[in-house]
Amino acid sequence: MSTTASTAAEAGASDRAGASRRSGTFYRGDPGMWSWVLHRITGVLTFFFLFVHVLDTALVRVSPNAYDEVIETYKSPVVNLLEVALVGAVLYHALNGLRVILVDFWSKGPKYQRPMLWGIVGIWVVVMIPGTYFMLERTVSELFGGGH
Amino acid sequence: MADSTSALALDKPRSPRRPAARRNNFELYSWVFMRISGLALVVLVLGHLFIMNILDGGVHRINFAFVAGRWSSPFWQFWDLSMLWLAQLHGGNGLRTIIDDYARKDNTRFWLKMLLYVAMAVILVLGTLVVFTFDPDIPAS
Repeated sequence: MSTTASTAAEAGASDRAGASRRSGTFYRGDPGMWSWVLHRITGVLTFFFLFVHVLDTALVRVSPNAYDEVIETYKSPVVNLLEVALVGAVLYHALNGLRVILVDFWSKGPKYQRPMLWGIVGIWVVVMIPGTYFMLERTVSELFGGGH
Repeated sequence: MADSTSALALDKPRSPRRPAARRNNFELYSWVFMRISGLALVVLVLGHLFIMNILDGGVHRINFAFVAGRWSSPFWQFWDLSMLWLAQLHGGNGLRTIIDDYARKDNTRFWLKMLLYVAMAVILVLGTLVVFTFDPDIPAS
């Protein structure tokens, strides 16, 4: 059972012959479907990261040096870039999750599911631009500006 | 959910051989839990990511001393413990749904779920122990 595919509600009998994408009765290939696909992918990736992250944090029980050594890898340029991807994935999952809750519980949620999707995409971009800047500022200046 | 003996052989909705759709309300509660824990996690996780990755130099200022400073406060201990449990149960439940959706054989589904539940238990026990037994004066190496 796909608990997050709530936007399917709008689709009704989706695979009916003659149902058109434009009239909003066709779920497959609709932005609503892709928002659900992306929700699953970002959720799974975050879960796998969480597994690794609890293990690396557990090194504080081994020794400060062991922990510091592993945390150094988080500061390397490539992993730093992956952190931007992680924050982007979690932020999308959070915003889309709020949208799913509104579709489920707000009486006008299903009607506005599509404008809400463009809304969260907008918020995502607006947050990620300064977010990426602050996350990569030091790495970029060390790589290209000689560092300080 | 309903067991499919041969691949993708689904009975019609009201066919008599179909097992009762609901034996209990577990799926309802897990659906509600996803939404409630999701709301809490929006605050907990986005706050965590903001503090750890963006604020004040982000990841570059994190080391053992930084962790020791944060976990000297019960507030952040409680924050991290709640985040650990809610995220693990929320993510675990999400993966359970995904396994149910895509694993076609009962056997595959069973073992994937066992793997998931063992991983969840390991992470929950380990994470909880680390938060509660953290020792800032542990020898350096």
